Amino acid sequence: MMIAVYIIIGVVVVLGIIFFGVYNSLVRLRNQVRNSWSQIDVQLKRRHDLIPNLIETVKGYMKHERETLEAVTKARTSAVEASGKGVGQQAKAEGELSGMLTRFFAVAENYPDLKANQNFLALQEELTTTENKISFARQFYNDGVMHLNNKVQMFPSNMVAGMTGFKVGEFFELEAPAEREVPKVSFT
Amino acid sequence: MWEQIRSNKIKSVWLVAGMGALLLGMGYLIGEVFFDSGIAGIILASIIWLIMNLVAFFQGDNVFLSISKAKKLERSDHPRLFNIVEEMKIASGLPKMPDIYIIDDPAPNAFATGRDPNKAAIAVTSGLLQRLNRDELQGVIAHEIGHIKNRDVLLMVISGIMMGAIVLLADLALLYLIFGGARGGRRGPSGGGGQGQMIILIVGIVFIILAPIFARLIYFAMSRRREYLADASSALYTRYPEGLASALEKISSSTKVLSSAKRATAPMYIINPLHKPGIKARDLSSTHPPTSERIRILRSMGNSASFADYDRVFRQVHKGGGGVIPQSTLAGAAGLVEARGESVEEKKPEKIEKLERAREVSDLLEKLNRYTALACNCGAKFRIPPDFKGSSIRCPRCGTINPIPGR
Repeated sequence: MMIAVYIIIGVVVVLGIIFFGVYNSLVRLRNQVRNSWSQIDVQLKRRHDLIPNLIETVKGYMKHERETLEAVTKARTSAVEASGKGVGQQAKAEGELSGMLTRFFAVAENYPDLKANQNFLALQEELTTTENKISFARQFYNDGVMHLNNKVQMFPSNMVAGMTGFKVGEFFELEAPAEREVPKVSFT
Repeated sequence: MWEQIRSNKIKSVWLVAGMGALLLGMGYLIGEVFFDSGIAGIILASIIWLIMNLVAFFQGDNVFLSISKAKKLERSDHPRLFNIVEEMKIASGLPKMPDIYIIDDPAPNAFATGRDPNKAAIAVTSGLLQRLNRDELQGVIAHEIGHIKNRDVLLMVISGIMMGAIVLLADLALLYLIFGGARGGRRGPSGGGGQGQMIILIVGIVFIILAPIFARLIYFAMSRRREYLADASSALYTRYPEGLASALEKISSSTKVLSSAKRATAPMYIINPLHKPGIKARDLSSTHPPTSERIRILRSMGNSASFADYDRVFRQVHKGGGGVIPQSTLAGAAGLVEARGESVEEKKPEKIEKLERAREVSDLLEKLNRYTALACNCGAKFRIPPDFKGSSIRCPRCGTINPIPGR
């Protein structure tokens, strides 16, 4: 009789330890996902801040490209508006902005004067790196989301996740196909 | 990605424990041979090891940087390099931005130091900045960040100290045997167990000769393994194995020798700085795996960049051998990791590009050496050395007298 009680107590203790272990690793993953999301956010904001400077710098050179410039400005505005409205919507707007920027830099290639402008070159490097940082932050974020989702959905950690209310994370996928092709604006 | 660190730690602990056992075993035997007391030998070995640790601890990481004559860079000195490091910091999830140093040397190379990820530093040579394009530089920086992230520096310092202690102890013992041995290490009545003493003496001498060799082999094997792991990390962070592959190709094709590299610092570099062309690199006493093999693995990864893919290719290249990535990592990191495709980068004429990069780097170095850059109104640019006397300078092209700022 006593032995049975001991066994039950032992099983309960072991289960408890496993439960808290799994719970802690879930919390760790969720925090990492949140933290890496803020990393993406920082870089997206940085890009929003850089674009007005860029437009200001190139305006004098690219008089005949009003449409392109306006399209970039418009894409930026809608990206700024979309921030804070959930991962999916924000990703869509940012994807469009990336596509616009790629097109813009392709057009800028036709202006040799512009390419000699130090200010423009510095801005270009800044945008290149911001673009790269966005994609690397996204990569890190998505890796984290994948780990979290695996834990939330797979047995046995899904039981703990269900009891404590963990939800699957949302991947940050850029929509515009142009962004997939050219993930970076590289001008060496 | 995160399980990997834990599993690495366990494996490394075993290797380091092996070296520690070697050190203690040697101390015991030396004690038996020279002092008739194994404990005394163990104490001696521990004291030597402790002193070396203390020295390493107080000298800190700066010793690597100062041996290599590295200078610290600020963001404004080389924004692009800083940007690349920051990109890789984000990709790897490193908690803090490492410091960046430059070594004024035409041999292209790079290394990472810092015992914990919060106090890390990356050093690159000016030759590296001159030769590599953005993607290649990114691959190299990712490799170095991989070293930091996998805590290779700490491991190599710990095992390096152990190896050093073993070698030092063995050298001391041999010296004592050759010069002091004639005076009779075992004076006094030792109980007449002559034969037993002889056996211990012989075993001791064999051990003293073999231990340093074993220690070195363990150390080098560990170092090579870490290089593969850092390569795999680089591919994972950049999702572009070709960048590192082509960088390795360029670095290894350079015939210049890094003058500030020492044997002790060699494992830290991305490519063995002491490797001389003509000596076959694929031997057991090399700190780095053969570069051609590293390139082949990276190139064979195709359109994928995960640890699992690196491991698969590694197994293909080493037929029958085990993989290089710990099993637990592979299990945890299942999932698709797509590599970037061939980057669509506008190709400028190579020559101009090279010239530009060379100029950029020489500007940087001169700035660090407190040269003043001055642009004349006619468009000519020149640099004034710090020991130039006088407050103005005549432009060699148009003849205008230009005042030197700050004089």
